[in-house]
Amino acid sequence: MADATTHQEFDPLATGSRSKQRRSRAIVYTLLVVFALIYISPLLIILTNAFRPLEEIVREGFISMPNSMSFGYWVEAWSTFCIGGTCEGVSRYFSNTLLMTVPATILSTAFGVVNGYALSKWRFKGDMWVFGLITLGVFLPAQMTLLPWAFVLGKLGLSNSIAGLVLVHTVQGISFTTLFCRNYFVSVPDDLIKAARIDGAGFWRIFRRIMLPLSPPILIVCVIWQFTGIWNEFLFGTVFTSGANQPITSAIVAFSGSGTGERHYNVEAASVIFAALPPLFIYVIGGKYFVRGLTSGAVK
Amino acid sequence: MQRKPALGSQGWANRLAALTPQMVLLPTLIAALVYVVIFSLWTLWISVSQSTLLPNMAYGGFGEYASLWKSKRWIVSYQNLFLFGALYVSGSIFFGTLLAILIDQRVRYESVWRTIFLYPLAVSFIVTGTVWRWIFHPQTGVELALQDLGWIAAKFDWITDRDMAIYVVVFTGIWHASGFAMALILAGLRSVDGDLVKAAQIDGASMPRIYRKVVLPTIWPIFVAVTVVLLQFAIKTYDLVVALTQGGPGVSTTVPAIVVYDLMFQRGQIAQGAAAAVMILVALALVLVPYALWSGWRARKEARSHG
Repeated sequence: MADATTHQEFDPLATGSRSKQRRSRAIVYTLLVVFALIYISPLLIILTNAFRPLEEIVREGFISMPNSMSFGYWVEAWSTFCIGGTCEGVSRYFSNTLLMTVPATILSTAFGVVNGYALSKWRFKGDMWVFGLITLGVFLPAQMTLLPWAFVLGKLGLSNSIAGLVLVHTVQGISFTTLFCRNYFVSVPDDLIKAARIDGAGFWRIFRRIMLPLSPPILIVCVIWQFTGIWNEFLFGTVFTSGANQPITSAIVAFSGSGTGERHYNVEAASVIFAALPPLFIYVIGGKYFVRGLTSGAVK
Repeated sequence: MQRKPALGSQGWANRLAALTPQMVLLPTLIAALVYVVIFSLWTLWISVSQSTLLPNMAYGGFGEYASLWKSKRWIVSYQNLFLFGALYVSGSIFFGTLLAILIDQRVRYESVWRTIFLYPLAVSFIVTGTVWRWIFHPQTGVELALQDLGWIAAKFDWITDRDMAIYVVVFTGIWHASGFAMALILAGLRSVDGDLVKAAQIDGASMPRIYRKVVLPTIWPIFVAVTVVLLQFAIKTYDLVVALTQGGPGVSTTVPAIVVYDLMFQRGQIAQGAAAAVMILVALALVLVPYALWSGWRARKEARSHG
């Protein structure tokens, strides 16, 4: 699959007369700007409302030019906002999610790289079955695993704990990372491995000396993919944890879903931005690899 | 293998070393066996057991499937899945294709446009749903803004309207996924042979015609792949609806995944919840198994024609 960044060698607009070309170009840019505005508007709306006083939002709604601005709602959202009876702000749930996402990302990526290497470069009887079984985990709907997980986590003493979520996300994530890495390593020439084996290099030596130096692109894809996916996950967090142990996605539903009680739209907007920021940050930095993860995961 | 006493321990070490790949894969294999096979069979068994609020593994028959398909909520959720799935997939592909073609016109700042259209994918369904609910809700969003502008009679309350709320979910889903479709389709457009297009250009074909007749037809396998992935998303849809409408008003935007959660963890009907989960698996299998068979068949055909 060609990388999306490859430049095309022809110009589709270079047909017709000069004035016709100019008109087509104007249409293209107009449409792009219109769509860009639709895509960006939610981001702008929520960002401005995290600075506006509550009375103003209640009176004029979310879609309005701000009259006065304050940074105080960010501080309140982070440190003192009451969510489900705990008045520690979103910082608590933010760190819950961080403590869940970072270990699960590292573990699933580490397993995935080694698995992908073993499955692509070391043929053994039944290797395709092993790969097939692991890949099935990518497609299995989470609903099929909820009750068994609840039972297993209970038996392991991991109910309502971040460690339990790390386990669940690691096991599920290994399916993705193994699939990504195996498909990436398949393109490494087998001769390279054969030559190293003739020289007496073993499994781990070949891994360290040959595969690992070739791995950074796929490592980045795995880390970005896993981090965003686990950070944004909601169902497992909501089923296996409660109260102050919940990840940030559940906390957002807890304060915004309850129709009753006084609303704090500005503080809620700031909290939502805190929840969205880390994956967005990763996306902006590693956008190219994000797309590569998509293409390798979806179109093979 | 012959045992050589002189080599003794080294022979064992060699044999162990030869097993390293299998040993390395063993933890993952066990985890996958438990996670994929045992968990699935477990849930399948719960669905035909006598479980209610607590698991009771005695066999209870297929009664829960029958009651599930008799419940109005489940029927509505399945109808919603079809309506949402059809509009969400076709809408995302339509806008994804349009955006990909626009970006393919040698536009300036290509990466900026791509970043803007793809960023929703990095934003969680929960955040997406929460923000769009604020925008769609008559008390906080578009309706109020229009009234503030002076159009006092302005009315835009789809999200609280039983008949229209599902289209709010569709719109938000398309906003979230069309960048994904764009990225894959754009990658496909870039893989099309430039000579093909040049030939059409020399023949005097117009730009829209070239895309419709030459470029898009050659990348049809990508459209199949995007459709399958999006259908998979549609079947698994849960968080987006929870954050946007919570399945309401009433049950008008309920989807199967919400019914599963409610039965299992709110109503204490574990067996029926498991039956609903199995139905989600069946829906996924109906999409994925034919696709897997078809891509396997294509790969073999290609291998034959190249060999």
